[in-house]
Amino acid sequence: MAILDLKRKLAILSDAAKYDASCASSGAQKRNSTDGKGVGSTEGMGICHAYAPDGRCISLLKILLTNFCIYDCAYCVNRVSSNVTRARFTVKEVVDLTLNFYKRNYIEGLFLSSGVIRTGDYTMEEMVRVAKSLRLDHDFRGYIHLKLIPEASPELAAGAGLYADRVSINVELPLDESLAALAPEKDAAGIKKAMGRMRLAIEDRNEPVKVGRAKPRKFATGQSTQLIIGADATKDGDILARSAALYGSYQLKRVYYSAFSPMADSSARLPLIRPPLVREHRLYQADWLMRFYGFSQGEIVAPGEDLDLTMDPKTAWALRNLGDFPVDVNTADRETLLRTPGLGTKGVDRILLARIQTRLTLEDVKRVCGSVKRAKPFIVTADWTPGAATDGAGLRASLVEPQQLSLF
Amino acid sequence: MRVVRLESEIDFDGWRDAARALRAEGVAPEAVVWTVERDLFEGAGSFPPHKGEGRAPEIGEGRILKVPAAFVDLAKTVILHRSPERLSLLYRILHRLEAQPKLLANPADVNVAKARDMAKNVGRAIHKMHAFVRFRLVEDVTPETFVAWFEPAHRVTEAASPFFARRFANMNWSILTPDACVHWDRSFLTMSPGADPADAPSQDAQEEMWRTYYASIFNPARLNPVMMKQEMPKRYWRNLPEAALIPQLIEQAQNQTDLMVTAQPTKPSERVLKAALRHSRDGSYGESNLANLEEVAAGVQVCRRCDLWRDATQGVPGVGPALLSGRAANLMIVGEQPGDQEDLQGAPFVGPAGQLLAKAMAEAGVVRAQTFVTNAVKHFKHEPRGKRRIHKTPDRGEVQACRWWLDAERRLVAPKVILALGATAGLAVFGKAVPIGQSRGQPQPLSDGGQGLVSWHPSYLLRVPDPDAKARAYAQLVEDLKQAWTLAGEAF
Repeated sequence: MAILDLKRKLAILSDAAKYDASCASSGAQKRNSTDGKGVGSTEGMGICHAYAPDGRCISLLKILLTNFCIYDCAYCVNRVSSNVTRARFTVKEVVDLTLNFYKRNYIEGLFLSSGVIRTGDYTMEEMVRVAKSLRLDHDFRGYIHLKLIPEASPELAAGAGLYADRVSINVELPLDESLAALAPEKDAAGIKKAMGRMRLAIEDRNEPVKVGRAKPRKFATGQSTQLIIGADATKDGDILARSAALYGSYQLKRVYYSAFSPMADSSARLPLIRPPLVREHRLYQADWLMRFYGFSQGEIVAPGEDLDLTMDPKTAWALRNLGDFPVDVNTADRETLLRTPGLGTKGVDRILLARIQTRLTLEDVKRVCGSVKRAKPFIVTADWTPGAATDGAGLRASLVEPQQLSLF
Repeated sequence: MRVVRLESEIDFDGWRDAARALRAEGVAPEAVVWTVERDLFEGAGSFPPHKGEGRAPEIGEGRILKVPAAFVDLAKTVILHRSPERLSLLYRILHRLEAQPKLLANPADVNVAKARDMAKNVGRAIHKMHAFVRFRLVEDVTPETFVAWFEPAHRVTEAASPFFARRFANMNWSILTPDACVHWDRSFLTMSPGADPADAPSQDAQEEMWRTYYASIFNPARLNPVMMKQEMPKRYWRNLPEAALIPQLIEQAQNQTDLMVTAQPTKPSERVLKAALRHSRDGSYGESNLANLEEVAAGVQVCRRCDLWRDATQGVPGVGPALLSGRAANLMIVGEQPGDQEDLQGAPFVGPAGQLLAKAMAEAGVVRAQTFVTNAVKHFKHEPRGKRRIHKTPDRGEVQACRWWLDAERRLVAPKVILALGATAGLAVFGKAVPIGQSRGQPQPLSDGGQGLVSWHPSYLLRVPDPDAKARAYAQLVEDLKQAWTLAGEAF
């Protein structure tokens, strides 16, 4: 086998990592290097150090330790039956690359994943060695996200939580049946159990330490997962039901949705399509409605049904519940305002503040929310009522977003 | 018309002193012209004579000028904005604050909205500086020294620098900008006048690696340059080593995607297909009789007899001694279903209800290690509510489906007495609805030979709001446990 130089390895192993949508570097415990020997800080909000031409942020050095893999997951570019070029980093190469990038302010830290080589335990152990070396040998205080190998032993997973700020296991396919069909070696039940163990470990970390019983310092503060969209026939309603269950069961910080993307050397078992980016966008909006806007999954879309791609899910909900509108921004409660199309959480908070001092006009709402284009048919202000517009037949047509193309 | 000259573009103390004095005189915002003195000495004798006294002036009739602390914070940020209007806008707001002390709390006010918008842009410029500064290593210098050339959108160099000092505390570094330069020597931050791009190193060997990474992590099938430009505005590109690649990456993207979409899928090897078949998990279970509790435990994991498996982490089988293990349990306790903790840990009665049951068992003298503890339904039925899971009572169909497993456990353990806790367990054990309040304390013969008893489920006790009713129900649970233990022949 030809020996690959570091640059070539980096190209292969970052190309192999790009299908993981997770990019967050937020939510770690606050720390910096002023009382240390190395580099690094995390101050709550993560920083996006660059943006690729696909519009996605580059916050972490996101790479695989190796793209050799014994599994054959149809949706994955690194499956054993794929003909891609293979490469493998040494632990030291990843550590040096991370530090070199970090010191030049290119990144917030490292996101390390890997194909499974030999066994789950062996692979996990190699990944934990990277994190351990960064933390202990170099006093690195930046962000580390480790992908967990579900088959790895609970002790190794706990070791990952000792050095990483965030860990994740990708559920990948929204239905366990699809996972069995497309990723035959993956065990949906095993993935759930590993996530359950990680939740217990993270919660244990937050328990007050008993006197006289020193606990090892742990970094992990959360876990996340990813669902691939469009590789199987699962409907949006079922995807969101799965998300809701995952948030509730394992206290996930995030569920990422990743539009299935055509790749080099794809499998015959999957559709060769352009990635369903609009659908992915709508799923994120729906996910937000569940987490920050007080919507239940059932209100957004029923199981077995898809989201309306032509408008955001809140507007679609409002059109199904026109009887609840228009909403008077000068009197309505917070919950009702949050359910109004065009009003975001920040806008709603500003409306609530401003109306203590003044009766809001349409111009005022525009000033605090940035725009009233979307909200206008659904709200009443001191100087505006939508009149017949709220139940006019043309309302739906006027709200359809012509943005299908701009997302490409 | 009054003319105020500040020492520099970000001379907040100078602005504050002037504003205080003007305000004390009652000068209207329209009557002030704010300028910045380029040459410090030319401004001699200009207004104001003393700086930074830190004393609030009187504004006539002995009243003291007071402003909310939030205004000072806002003004310190807004003054960093490059807009020439910022100084007069701040004075206008200060002027209005006397009549409207709560002015800042109204985000809909035109002046406040404008100032907040400027502050937001300044904040954004600080954030982007944290993101887009690219250090270059100064070669052959020890200790390691890094220098960056950067052009911030607003005058934020000083404001943005403490972040770098905290993050790169143990490196020597400098950030050079046209407005000002900041230097860190591993102890102190120092400022110096603006510099020129030529003062920074012209290259760094790692930039080639960084460009390789940037090009490889980009997914051409998701091309979206509009979004990229929104977050990484073009004004920053000339100092970003990776930005030089952007035009060619965009140009090649369409082509690459077309190739991938039209390419024939590759054929996987026969070997891989066969292995896949071997591993496929269809969730079926054998109809044959289960020979031991290990088989029950494994079977519960892949059970698809009802739909509860889907959102549960795992099936939770019963725990305790079995007939085949030498010392069989004479008493079996059946609960309703696993809860949040049981679902995660894979063992019955380990959550809050389990702890209450353990306490009651201890009081009743029931030895847990000699008791088989299980549930009527083996998967956790719940409804996600944000980050929590709300317990839901299993329905008749689910209880019926799961009897397959409970019956197997009953056959393998063969207890003399079964104590069913709660209505669901009663339904599963007796095959019919059993009212707990009326039936407790009365042993019933069971079809498989043993005797059955019912009592309150401990999670019911946790839910009862009335403390007296709770104490009564708890005492009854202890009593029922004692009775079951005695009936099973375990008590001495």
